[in-house]
Amino acid sequence: MENKIQVNKLKLYYTEHLALNKVSIDVAKNGVLALIGPSGCGKSTFLKTLNRMNDLIEGVRIEGEVLLDGDNIFHPDVDVVHLRKRVGMVFQRPNPFPMSIYDNIAYGPRIHGLSNKAKLDEIVEQSLTRSALWDEVKDRLKTSAVSMSGGQQQRLCIARLLAVEPEVLLMDEPCSALDPISTMKIEELVSELKKEYTIVMVTHNMQQAARVSDSTAFFLMGEMIEQDKTDTIFTRPRDKRTEDYITGRFG
Amino acid sequence: MTVVRQSFDQDLESLRQDLVRMGEIVQVAIKEAVDALAKRDKDLAHSVMAGDDVIDRMQVEIEDRCISLIARQQPVATDLRILGTGLKITTDLERIGDHAFDIAKIVLLIGDEPLIKPLVDIPRMAEIVQKMLHDSLQAYLMLDIQLAEQVCRADERVDELYNQVFRELLTYMLEDTKKIKQATQLIFVARYLERIADHSTNVAEWVIYLATGERLRKK
Repeated sequence: MENKIQVNKLKLYYTEHLALNKVSIDVAKNGVLALIGPSGCGKSTFLKTLNRMNDLIEGVRIEGEVLLDGDNIFHPDVDVVHLRKRVGMVFQRPNPFPMSIYDNIAYGPRIHGLSNKAKLDEIVEQSLTRSALWDEVKDRLKTSAVSMSGGQQQRLCIARLLAVEPEVLLMDEPCSALDPISTMKIEELVSELKKEYTIVMVTHNMQQAARVSDSTAFFLMGEMIEQDKTDTIFTRPRDKRTEDYITGRFG
Repeated sequence: MTVVRQSFDQDLESLRQDLVRMGEIVQVAIKEAVDALAKRDKDLAHSVMAGDDVIDRMQVEIEDRCISLIARQQPVATDLRILGTGLKITTDLERIGDHAFDIAKIVLLIGDEPLIKPLVDIPRMAEIVQKMLHDSLQAYLMLDIQLAEQVCRADERVDELYNQVFRELLTYMLEDTKKIKQATQLIFVARYLERIADHSTNVAEWVIYLATGERLRKK
């Protein structure tokens, strides 16, 4: 399968501390890659590197390369704003803007210069439909997004991301603040979204990785220990440390 | 799209469908093996034996999928019973397929020799056994407990017929030692049919467990 992202020997330092050590990972196009590992293993740091969110942190130094469709995202010519449009991110806690549902979705396209009402309406409907929220909110698009349930807010944040037509979705524990049913809805949504997007997801919930991902990478102390098809990782991992972690022997 | 765990439900349903499909192929194998014996058709026997690989491959494929779904979906309750019974039923079906192979092989061993006696009870057994297999698969498909219980009861009749065939063929062997070889082969056929009935009964018992969570007490 074609790779959307290819990471080669990525090293990341927080000043002197080596947070990622020679991480090499392939992310297949239209696949879901899950990143698992104990707290502090570097999986979230790795995720944030993929759209250069770490640039905002002082003292970060990066070596190695991250190729998006074959082009290194650290190249000086890369427009970081454009990169983050192509590679969007969903966070642990849903973070809707304190405005209406409609305006939340229209926000991205508007700052990218779109003002045509009919076109915006279309984007809002399409984005909410793709994030499996349209039927629940179509009659109250003008109400505040903050009044929605946590699970709905998270799907709204996904819809907001889809509105700017990204290619890759980064999800940092997108269900950790949600109840089990909302979690299942997000998981179902992820399986649906991968038809059109490439998804990289950090999760503390191993079962979630097992359920939704096609490929899984296990991180430990800044190193990527093992990446394989999810089926293989959860039925016959190669590395003893992976097995110990997924069977709950440590972590 | 907001239906929760839709893709898991689809995986479980397609697993069930494939298990039924495997059952259908096994039924054809049994029918052809029994026909091959009745008509002394060696070509048909060869084709039954060649077909066993297909059944074996289906078993491996179904087992792999069950194991993968257990690892990845953390099934509980009915979901878990579908996967647990899936593993058990596919084994029973594969064994039945092996017995179709065994019967076909005996057709070749007997070859063109005239039969030591006209076959009466063996075709009768074959008929009951095929119905048991058919009904157990139907019960699986429809989760029909009554039908499954009916299959379990039919097993006794097959055991009786087996004992009858055994006693009868024993008298032929006592009478004439030249008949021992073929009589033994025919006893094997009866034995295979009796085993197929046992495996079909197992399938029916798993259907009851799948539907109710209750284990039928073994005789």
